[in-house]
Amino acid sequence: MKKYSVFAVAREAMRHHTGWTRAWRDAAPKKKYDVIIIGAGGHGLATAYYLGKNFGITNVAILEKGWLGGGNTGRNTTIIRSNYLQDPSAAIYEKSRSLYETMSQDLNYNVMFSPRGVIMLAQTEHEVRGYKRTAHANNLQGVSTEFIGPEKVKQLVPIINIDGPRYPVLGGLWQARGGTARHDAVAWGYARACSDMGMDVIQKCEVTGIRQSGGKVTGVSTNKGDIDCDKLGMVVAGHSGHLADMAGFRLPIESVSLQALVSEPIKPCMDVVVMANTVHGYMSQSDKGEMVIGGGTDGYNNYTQRGSFHHIEETVRALIETFPMVSRLKMLRQWGGIVDVTGDRSPILSKTPVEGVFVNCGWGTGGFKAIPGSGWAMAELMAKGRSPLTDAFGLNRFVEGRFIDESVAAGVAH
Amino acid sequence: MLTIHCPNCGITAEETEFHAGGEAHLKRFGPGSSDAEFESYLFMRDNPKGVHFERWRHNNGCGKWFHVARDTTTLEVFGSYSAQTTEPPQDILDVITDRHPDWTQGRNA
Amino acid sequence: MSTRLATGGRLLKKSQAVEFTFNGKTMRGYAGDTLASALLANDQMLVGRSFKYHRPRGIVAAGPEEPNALVNLGDEASFEPNQRVTTTELFEGLTATSQNHWPSLEFDVGAINKHLSRFLPAGFYYKMFMYPRSFWKHVYEPIIRQSAGLGKAPKTKDGDTYEHFYAFCDVLVIGGGVAGLEAALSAGRSGARVILIEQTAEWGGRTPVDGGIIDEADAQSFVDRAVAELSAMENVTLRTRTMGAGVYDHGYVLGYERVTDHQPGVAGPRHRLWRIRAGHIITATGAIERPLSFAGNDIPGVMLAAAMRDYVVNFGVSVGDRTVVVTNNDDAYLTAIALKHAGLDVPAILDARVLPQDSELMAQAKALGIRVLMGHAVSSVKGGKRVTGVVVCSQAGEGAVLEEIACDAVAMSGGWSPVVHLWSHCGGKLVWDEAHACFNPDPNNPPIGADGAGFVTAAGAASGMFQLDDVLNDAHAAADGVTRSLGFKTPKDAKAPKGARRDDAPMMPVWLMPQGASAKLREKAWLDYQNDVKVSDVRLAAQEGFVSVEHAKRYTTLGMATDQGKLSNINGLATLANAVNAPIPSVGTTTFRPPYHPISMAAIGGEARGAVFQPVRRTPLHDWHDANGAEWEPVGHWRRPYAYRRANETTHDAVMREVSNTREKMGLLDASTLGKIIVKGPDAGKFLDMMYTNMMSTLKPGKCRYGLMCSENGFLIDDGVVARIEEDTWLCHTTTGGAERIHGHMEEWLQTEWWDWNVYVANVTEQYAQVAVVGPNARKCLERLGGMDVSKETLGFMDWADGELGGFKVRVYRISFSGELSYEIAVDASHGRAFWDALLVAGHDLGVMPYGTESLHILRAEKGFIMIGDETDGTIIPQDLGLSWAISKKKDDYLGKRAQERSHMTDPNRWKLVGLETVDGSTLPDGAYAVGEGTNENGQRNVIGRVTSSYHSPNLGKGIAMGLVLNGPDRMGETLSFPGTDGKTYEARITDPVFYDKEGEKPNV
Repeated sequence: MKKYSVFAVAREAMRHHTGWTRAWRDAAPKKKYDVIIIGAGGHGLATAYYLGKNFGITNVAILEKGWLGGGNTGRNTTIIRSNYLQDPSAAIYEKSRSLYETMSQDLNYNVMFSPRGVIMLAQTEHEVRGYKRTAHANNLQGVSTEFIGPEKVKQLVPIINIDGPRYPVLGGLWQARGGTARHDAVAWGYARACSDMGMDVIQKCEVTGIRQSGGKVTGVSTNKGDIDCDKLGMVVAGHSGHLADMAGFRLPIESVSLQALVSEPIKPCMDVVVMANTVHGYMSQSDKGEMVIGGGTDGYNNYTQRGSFHHIEETVRALIETFPMVSRLKMLRQWGGIVDVTGDRSPILSKTPVEGVFVNCGWGTGGFKAIPGSGWAMAELMAKGRSPLTDAFGLNRFVEGRFIDESVAAGVAH
Repeated sequence: MLTIHCPNCGITAEETEFHAGGEAHLKRFGPGSSDAEFESYLFMRDNPKGVHFERWRHNNGCGKWFHVARDTTTLEVFGSYSAQTTEPPQDILDVITDRHPDWTQGRNA
Repeated sequence: MSTRLATGGRLLKKSQAVEFTFNGKTMRGYAGDTLASALLANDQMLVGRSFKYHRPRGIVAAGPEEPNALVNLGDEASFEPNQRVTTTELFEGLTATSQNHWPSLEFDVGAINKHLSRFLPAGFYYKMFMYPRSFWKHVYEPIIRQSAGLGKAPKTKDGDTYEHFYAFCDVLVIGGGVAGLEAALSAGRSGARVILIEQTAEWGGRTPVDGGIIDEADAQSFVDRAVAELSAMENVTLRTRTMGAGVYDHGYVLGYERVTDHQPGVAGPRHRLWRIRAGHIITATGAIERPLSFAGNDIPGVMLAAAMRDYVVNFGVSVGDRTVVVTNNDDAYLTAIALKHAGLDVPAILDARVLPQDSELMAQAKALGIRVLMGHAVSSVKGGKRVTGVVVCSQAGEGAVLEEIACDAVAMSGGWSPVVHLWSHCGGKLVWDEAHACFNPDPNNPPIGADGAGFVTAAGAASGMFQLDDVLNDAHAAADGVTRSLGFKTPKDAKAPKGARRDDAPMMPVWLMPQGASAKLREKAWLDYQNDVKVSDVRLAAQEGFVSVEHAKRYTTLGMATDQGKLSNINGLATLANAVNAPIPSVGTTTFRPPYHPISMAAIGGEARGAVFQPVRRTPLHDWHDANGAEWEPVGHWRRPYAYRRANETTHDAVMREVSNTREKMGLLDASTLGKIIVKGPDAGKFLDMMYTNMMSTLKPGKCRYGLMCSENGFLIDDGVVARIEEDTWLCHTTTGGAERIHGHMEEWLQTEWWDWNVYVANVTEQYAQVAVVGPNARKCLERLGGMDVSKETLGFMDWADGELGGFKVRVYRISFSGELSYEIAVDASHGRAFWDALLVAGHDLGVMPYGTESLHILRAEKGFIMIGDETDGTIIPQDLGLSWAISKKKDDYLGKRAQERSHMTDPNRWKLVGLETVDGSTLPDGAYAVGEGTNENGQRNVIGRVTSSYHSPNLGKGIAMGLVLNGPDRMGETLSFPGTDGKTYEARITDPVFYDKEGEKPNV
């Protein structure tokens, strides 16, 4: 693999960039792999990457039904934070956030991680209490956060209106080291690094069956033929239930559409990410200048990657209340992604009833920020059979009644 | 933006009048049930790409619950029917098979 | 140069001159101009800078597809960035400034990037700016952000108003060109309710501009007749300046009406968002011309051929004196002919095709003396901020120079693409049209509506019809088919008007000009003008493996600018297809997403802003609170007084005063927000036994009982006092936030599980005002009002009774959430304020004083009463809170019972409720955690408990708290450490949670 650098770009410029090679190899499936990962989104690719990097397992194929990074990796609002309340969540998201900090250098691919800071606004007394609790918890979890007052909020976000007539800003939970990253680049960077380790990233390869013998996985059937494996990871947000069904077990999951939108680009006016959960809206400004805005989910099962417009209305209205200048911007584009929602709104990283099959799903509206941490933990789970980062996220928690509920601190999962 | 028909008050209205309530025809398991039965009842949901039987409430209308058969990939609706039944009525099944002859009822998560 | 012609301009009102400014310079135009035509009339071709290389940018189009000409419009409260000059109607006093340059449009320092463009190919930023790590945040990113971004951020609060409008129709026709008009006529004549919307201010679309002939007369007369007939139909609604912005499921369409954009200052909303529910949608949205990809096709003065025709015909504006036309189809000849007719010079038409014989239009052009060079192409355009000439080559070659032609404008046409956006929003599929090299809507794969059938039909050019008679017939047939399927009758003999047919030669797809253009030329051949994506960039993407159309788009940013690729998408994917040697349809398109064209956030928000952003629920006493110093706290949609602050008092002082006064004398609480749900029927007792963990069926009429409600998942979700009113009637109190939720919860179980049980539930929360009269003087106060007997003997603790007090019909509950003697009194909502006033008068010398929610919290915390939302958070079961006494052991079942038998719920190591008292009397920080020994495997500090509520108690003169602690009840007296976020560690002792009146004597007097 050719190393990317300013010098490489300059060198190539002299010959009209004819020397650049494919970012990842176009591979055809081999007969057998040690590990097959289904789903070449961020989580799947990261899982493969850390299998190679941390455990030396490189005889790996990553199978993708469409184009890599084409699911929720490429259609989210790119927020990265780890200020979660519950210990297991804080652990995996903080691991993830810390891996984002060095990802560009680790992958030799600029994913533009921008630690610009994330504020979650408190607009009711209940939220104030919830975020103070989270700040206390984070303090003991090694997650650096702080509950700040309205004046500090205004100082960090000059365009905010803290004296709205309906829900004045009472404070906020501030994570200075949260931020955003370029979503597509995360998938492309991992794919390039996986390919470089000798792994096969196989696009347009749809899994049509999970083959097993004596309760143990032996491989998959695909539109490109049967492929054998010793271990199988299912990492397919939006389609997890479908694959689980092929393998003969059920998941506590429902799929719904989550919507987002962007404004036309304007010059920089907001340097941090702001989430306003009481009024249901969050916003950041991309490096291109677009205001990137996250909305809500529909209440009904939906596989269409589009949602109902009244959610967009509610979100925009909330943001106009919070940031009056938004009123005179224009919506450029809206879209939806299919998110898997579990019984406790927390993800599943788990062994399954089929030996050798592992599942990583249910990230709901919060998957992007977790990509490296999830990959790291999933790789450990698949390589060693357990990971302290995934212990609490097993499927057994639904039998035991041991939930990881993040909604308790007035927080939201995204 | 769906339009939903409420069989209780007989009107078809905007989605914003309604609240979606998840899978229909759940069988309750209470004290005395096994761990697996109880887990399945509470958390395991049909999540089909295709026909889904689901509960809706006309919460900004008559307040009553009812069931809807809907396709999760096209969002087309096959019909609404009473919540006071343990399985989809034949006329709804007929509409589904009429439009999708290869559809078979059963769990297709 | 560009200038205003003495003649022409079908849309202008030349009697009405209009003055406006651009970059501070005063200019003149006419009513009827767009800002684009007015700028061109003033020779202002250079209007902006591109996103990445800051290249000079001129006007390319005449409609919403314009990628370049975006300006900051207006100022202060009417400022708006990124306004397209082509869709901005000129008005007196308009002010516009150009964007994305520093210090000025003519001299832009950022233009240095254009010299570096060779070093900034597609995706360059993924490959650099990585080292050293800290430089991304502090150096690289700020520079990149500052150089991107286009328009300025608005600073002032929006001064305009906006509104939403609901509309319903059988047939919605989008697009008011001749196809839309014909479709609306046909549908309207059938009697169907029709709405016809057109995004511009004018009916008729392109056809009148292009000299189309309908029924042997000019198209304008058809347009006039059609509009007159439609206007006369009562079942038809017409709207210009209204764009079909998005098509959503089940026939929902957003119409975006720009009501006063063109006449600021006129009363009324600026924009109106139409939420249209249509039985069927006909998209008659026309087609958009494609640019050709040749070197220098981005230099100001290079324009779409049809746009140039628009400026001449509609606005009497010549874009240049000498215009070279370059094309791969016949349509561009119309431009050459129009220019010639306007007296302008057309030195040559470069036609990439080689044809056996001349078509009708070619012959016409030649007859006008225009030189037509077949098989020729533009090798490159010369010029910087303005075209100065073109270098001519043959299309078949690699660009070898044949000649140079001096000119100041280039009109290009690469063919037409139907506007399929609205067709595609809800999943309508496309099919490749070889003959016209474009994607058409596939009528066999329309978007699917509620009934499983297609609900959108494309008509006219939008469905791939490019001959006028085809357009009209298609529109007529579309409307006919649609209305008939909706059950309307259309006259059998009705026919479309006859459109004149033109004998055109076939177009020839040209994706690169010349065909074998060198790398150097490809690096100057633009696909996406705004985002600076060139043919070379798409080729590079393909070379690096970004061969999926979505990858190529995202890697190069092709089509991601504010025009969303209206000009660039087809050219881009054809370039990609060529690069990977695949047929174009196999490459596919990117997804079309709403809106068709950007719409204002304000219109999306609508009227609901400021004070009416969300409705406020008001108790009957709301106004009194407001007038008496209430500091409001939002609770659900209610607002409740947090405290009543007096002059010279802090909020904390007020709370302390209220708490002490209630314990010592008497307090009043507005408890109207508490949920009140009537449960009635022969099976009501059985039902409540399932809803509550307690046994409610055994409660005697006239008695009250505190009850707990759990979810089926076992968690405590609500609490409140239940009163049995009659043999078959109970009244259930819920928390303020819980009324609607619990009512819904009950309904759900009744209707979907136990529908054979005879029970009705009704939420009567707002029927009553409820006042808690609390404190040692409470009874005295009620006795002064006079009426029913409120003595301990008649109305004991946990009794309730109906009666009369001070002439008010009341229901009095002897219940207490404060630990004091307390009466909660419900009166009809309409009497609430009078009753409250009466209590204030009667209690005047008894020390009556209202108290707010914070005092309510302290009073209950002193008593160790739990609060839903404080001690519970959705993960707590009653057993955690020492509430096992409220769980009936006699019942086989209740909601949550099975769940509470699961292993984690019966785990002896669950944290349990205790009281907490700091060693030094200070107040524990709310939400603090108690730390145990060491850390867990993930390096997190082990914790063994947390604070759930913490207050300073004025009655006890110290901090009190409640918390959940590992094995807490067994560890009374132990001291725990709670690290604060302030750097201090708080030491607190585990105590009984009841701090005040442990024996519970006070309420029971």
